[in-house]
Amino acid sequence: MSMIEFQDVEKYYGDFHALKDINLKIEAGETVVLIGPSGSGKSTLIRTVNGLERINSGKLIVNGRDIADKKTDMNKTRKNVGMVFQHFNLYNNKTVLENIMLAPRLVLGRDEAENKKLAMELLEKVGLADKAESMPAMLSGGQAQRIAIARSLAMQPKCILFDEPTSALDPEMIDDVLNVMKDIARDSSMTMLVVTHEMGFAREVGDRVIFMADGQILEDDTKEKFFDGEPTNERARQFLSKIIKH
Amino acid sequence: MINIISNHWQTLLYGLGQTLLCSILALFFSLVIGSLFAIMEVLPNKIAHTIGRAYVELFRNIPLLVVTMFFYIVIPKFFFQISGFAAGTIGLTIYTSAFIAETVRAGIQSVDTGQMEGSRANGMTYWQAMRYIVLPQAFKIVIPPLGNQFINLVKNSSVLAFVAGFDLMYEGNTIASTTFDTINSYLVVGVLYLIITMPLSYYMRYLEKKSNRGVN
Repeated sequence: MSMIEFQDVEKYYGDFHALKDINLKIEAGETVVLIGPSGSGKSTLIRTVNGLERINSGKLIVNGRDIADKKTDMNKTRKNVGMVFQHFNLYNNKTVLENIMLAPRLVLGRDEAENKKLAMELLEKVGLADKAESMPAMLSGGQAQRIAIARSLAMQPKCILFDEPTSALDPEMIDDVLNVMKDIARDSSMTMLVVTHEMGFAREVGDRVIFMADGQILEDDTKEKFFDGEPTNERARQFLSKIIKH
Repeated sequence: MINIISNHWQTLLYGLGQTLLCSILALFFSLVIGSLFAIMEVLPNKIAHTIGRAYVELFRNIPLLVVTMFFYIVIPKFFFQISGFAAGTIGLTIYTSAFIAETVRAGIQSVDTGQMEGSRANGMTYWQAMRYIVLPQAFKIVIPPLGNQFINLVKNSSVLAFVAGFDLMYEGNTIASTTFDTINSYLVVGVLYLIITMPLSYYMRYLEKKSNRGVN
């Protein structure tokens, strides 16, 4: 069964047609990279998957539930779908450790000792065990983003959505975050949907590359076809040639 | 001044006590009621939002004295007996809670929307996100303006004097009219109000500093 399936999805903001006839299947365990110029609907698309944006028509099945259906309890879906944001969105009033432990405690009712053990393991994994008692305001962007990834992982989701996770970071911090993401992509059966401009990441660990423009999916290729062959779509080719040059 | 204090200290002390009691009750309840209406105002639910908005607009735009008089005169006439102290305290609570609702609402809305989105994406319900993430940050932001509201509340409690609430202002009026020493009577009353409001003012400032230390 697919982890995420879009069927004829349309999304409007007022008169603005943000997503046009989206049809897309993402299988469990896949790492899918979503690229395209700004304003093309990448972020909107990824935010519909956990219901931060509602779609106007079509079907959107996530982890076996149609989340376009108003009766679907989004909180249940979100337990299994993590998200990492461009601006981290760490809880400013909580320590790093509490950032990671809060949702598992409240949502999953995880035992306190086990919760702490798991949180510390995740901090080790992202290389920030010494920051456990820090407040988010004291972290650099790269550190904050790695904590945000650890916070998502603590819920042990089946899928994580990454919405431009490195776009707000200083260049020298990007690699730290990408390395953590690559580990996740390699290590587990985690499904990853990643909006990014980091072509190196897409090439190294991506399974598929999707190119969007003007709210439409114009290209949906294996990474081999996208990078080593040629995208079929003219706009995708132009975009690729520009982004590779830099 | 010494004469007024030495001859009337018992009356003054009683008035001070009533003012303090009224202020504490009104402060507690207006904070609770004001916060509830603030939350109603930011809810996605249109009906809740409208009720919250209507409450705030109604009570912050009517003079405190009119609200108080309503409880002092209208309620006993049609419903049940109510003391001046109770009428004044209820009026003050309702009036102040409208301002506190405005203050807290502004605080909630100034918390970055990413905090709510982060919480929801992490699996929390709307109410868990409010309770653990958004509201604590909102209250921290509004400590200084809330301090203003609290100080205004203590001073506004002098409305009790109009409805025989036997507060500091009421007793001051009585002493002034019996001794004819108006200047000294009101000077003493002024100093006694300062004794309540100054520590409150310093305490709010202390809270503000303390909450800033936690983050930066």
